[in-house]
Amino acid sequence: MPPALKPSTLKPPAPMLRLEGVTVRFGDRTVLDAVDLDVAEHEVVCVLGPSGSGKSTLLRVVAGLQRADAGRVFLSGEDVGGVPVHRRGVGLMFQDHQLFPQRDVGANVAFGLRTRGTGRDAARRRVAELLELVGLPGAERRAVAALSGGEQQRVALARALAPSPRLLMLDEPLGQLDRSLRERLVTELRQLFGRLGTTVLAVTHDQGEAFALADRVVVMRDGRIAQQGTPLDVWRRPASEFVARFLGFDNVVPATVTGDRADTPWGEVPVPAGSAAGPCSLLVRPGGVRLVADGLPSEVTARTFRGDHVLVSLRPERGPALQASCALAHAPEVGARVGVAFDAEHVVVLGG
Amino acid sequence: MVLDRPEVTEGAEGAAPKGRGPRRTGVRLGLMAVPLAFFGLFFAYPVAAIVTRGLKTDGRWRFGRIGEVLTDPATGHVLWFTTWQAAASTALTLLLALPGAYVMARFDFPGKGLLRAVVTVPFVLPTVVAGSAFLALLGRRGLLDELWGVRLDTSVWAILLAHVFFNYAVVVRTVGGLWAQLDPRQEEAARMLGAGRFAAWRRITLPALAPAVAAAALMVFLFTFTSFGAVQILGGPRYATLEVEIYRQTAEMLDLPTAAVLTLVQFAAVAALLLVHAWTVRRRESTLRLVDARRTARRPRGAAQWGLLAAVLASVAVLILLPLAVLVLRSFDGPDGYGLAFYRALASAGDDGVLGVAPLETIGNSLAYGLAATAIAVVVGGLAAAALTRREGRLVRGFDALLMLPLGTSAVTVGFGFLIALDEPPLDLRTSWILVPLAQALVGVPFVVRTMLPVLRAVDPRLREAAAVLGASPLRVWREVDLPMVGRALAVAAGFAFAVSLGEFGATVFIARPDNPTLPVAVARLLGRPGELNYGQAMALSTILMLVCAAALLVLERVRTDRTGEF
Repeated sequence: MPPALKPSTLKPPAPMLRLEGVTVRFGDRTVLDAVDLDVAEHEVVCVLGPSGSGKSTLLRVVAGLQRADAGRVFLSGEDVGGVPVHRRGVGLMFQDHQLFPQRDVGANVAFGLRTRGTGRDAARRRVAELLELVGLPGAERRAVAALSGGEQQRVALARALAPSPRLLMLDEPLGQLDRSLRERLVTELRQLFGRLGTTVLAVTHDQGEAFALADRVVVMRDGRIAQQGTPLDVWRRPASEFVARFLGFDNVVPATVTGDRADTPWGEVPVPAGSAAGPCSLLVRPGGVRLVADGLPSEVTARTFRGDHVLVSLRPERGPALQASCALAHAPEVGARVGVAFDAEHVVVLGG
Repeated sequence: MVLDRPEVTEGAEGAAPKGRGPRRTGVRLGLMAVPLAFFGLFFAYPVAAIVTRGLKTDGRWRFGRIGEVLTDPATGHVLWFTTWQAAASTALTLLLALPGAYVMARFDFPGKGLLRAVVTVPFVLPTVVAGSAFLALLGRRGLLDELWGVRLDTSVWAILLAHVFFNYAVVVRTVGGLWAQLDPRQEEAARMLGAGRFAAWRRITLPALAPAVAAAALMVFLFTFTSFGAVQILGGPRYATLEVEIYRQTAEMLDLPTAAVLTLVQFAAVAALLLVHAWTVRRRESTLRLVDARRTARRPRGAAQWGLLAAVLASVAVLILLPLAVLVLRSFDGPDGYGLAFYRALASAGDDGVLGVAPLETIGNSLAYGLAATAIAVVVGGLAAAALTRREGRLVRGFDALLMLPLGTSAVTVGFGFLIALDEPPLDLRTSWILVPLAQALVGVPFVVRTMLPVLRAVDPRLREAAAVLGASPLRVWREVDLPMVGRALAVAAGFAFAVSLGEFGATVFIARPDNPTLPVAVARLLGRPGELNYGQAMALSTILMLVCAAALLVLERVRTDRTGEF
């Protein structure tokens, strides 16, 4: 049910989740370093980062499983620092699901309902409804051990959703599934969250998953937020060399910008108008590396099929290796000698 | 390249001790309160009381006594015999039982479950009964005596064989249990890398097994070092372990100072052994990756493997089945040929008043005491195991070792200590029936903890977290996540506690009221009297006790499908 519209003169509602300066240290290692983060109601936020960047710890702090050494956590505007795990009313789907092995599917899903004192009949109806929702109708009596990985994932999701948590957190939700199942489930989850209006905070190290799932992506590095924005923003304008490389872009070189050109190890590269002058890192997306007759002489060292295009690895005469994205029909053979030119449209001047 | 490694493990390791440290410690101390009070009142206090009684006269400490007793050649003699017979027993047990462990771990054959139960029967059998079984085999008028005129009952061989008989199961269960869970593919991988069959075993399996072998050896050494009932019955006047000597000094010579010093000596030796044991156990817990035992066993193949299986079966038959069979045989071998004469005699008190009650009644006594002792052991041991589930902290390790101490402390001292210490208000328990179960529970608690702890520690902490996030309070988490998983281990632990309570002798012999003896005490008293009828009744009673223990074990074998515990 959508909330009643309030007059616009009132203060905007507190975000569903707010982290203020949250810091966590394990020994002398700082896992979360003064992290500030807001998640609005109905928003799906995905935290993206390599292993060890502090993503899972972030979720554990919000759930109350990990105490923050500094900073505060607010849920719906209330400081939950002193609230124990079981009273926070948030849901957490664990990386490897953690279904209760000695209970059947129905009892797993009903667990959170029972702890909240839901009546037997109401719980049974809710379980049936949720199993229907995740595509496992009538699976109540099945043993957990007999489920496939994808089915376990669905049961874990149903279990986390059952008590209608105000915030649903997912830790590497699809990490252990095979590729095709993963892609299908990402789409399903996205539709499901949209339909239910669930507020979601997910963490993953897979950018494809994050971009497909999220309204907003938060990239983390060494316990700090490196960049946040819509998937399209982050994809098109990575804020730093770290983010660019983490997203899989390898064409990054040190450069010096003067006017609308930059001086790089590959020679002069055009940059978008209005780029700040001075030394920087420069990213050329593979789509912006064009194969031409003249230009920077290079040799083709490898070709990798990517479905609708071919990623061509090049060894230029000068400067580091380059990757170019080519249409299937025009990809040169390995060993061919080609010329390279750059498109300003696909060049991004990175900070730091 | 980004490594796909779950991050949460490191979070979970580092998190909890920092996270809610003070509260967790508080909860743990709360859980430990009952076990601590139990061990303080019913173990430390009585032992301290008897040592004080021995070393303090007219309000003055006589530490000179320690030197006097220690330099006495008789003490040296006892200490030397205790140590070397324990070492020899341990070596002999390992030699005979390791092939058995291998066969049980790696071979699949019909009757394996039965065999496992059979080899475990002696372990939970009262030492007195085992002593009588060996007496019936090797002693005067024993089977060997009648057949060939061979008597071994006053030789050290009888003691060594009895010790193998008892501890065969310790090795088979501790080593075989782990062996069955070692992934055979590791050895296969070594073979693929060019190692021969023996080299692969020596380089891969042996190092993985070594800590378990060491732990088993230490347990066997501990049990044989403190052996009482078997040595008392089989040793004759020539051979005495420390424990037997403590009994003699206490009950026969009434020389408390000597007994106190000997108690301290045994205490120190056992504490040292336990430290070594704790160390090997910890090493074993930390390093291995285990697989389901059911997947590693297969049918024996080829003459060599069938031969090994046959040899193991034969050694079990001779070492374990034969003494038990002779015991049963003797119980039927009445004055008028084979029959139920001895069993019928059990129903009446008899006219020489050895027991004062009908021997059959002692079965009821034993069962009642055993049930009470089991209840105490399960509560105390269960609380201790819950408190010790999380591994970290020096406190925990100390407590871990403390729990094993009663297994190695002189049961005679504990029993006599109960009489001395618990005789004044507010703890005047001398006339209370609860005294016997309390003493027996002391031996049961270590078994409960050792059985439950590995299972509790194997519960994934994130399962508890998952329940907490779903709104379950800590108590509810324990009830709904931990309890269902340890339920089976709890049943097994209770079974073992019951069996060892049933068989406890050293402490019970002191504190059981004369008109209410337990079954093992009755057996010992009957054996101590001359006359064929007494002897026959002892055999019949022992047979009954053996059947009760065996039945309990067979039930446990059904329950116990996971073999993560130590026993």
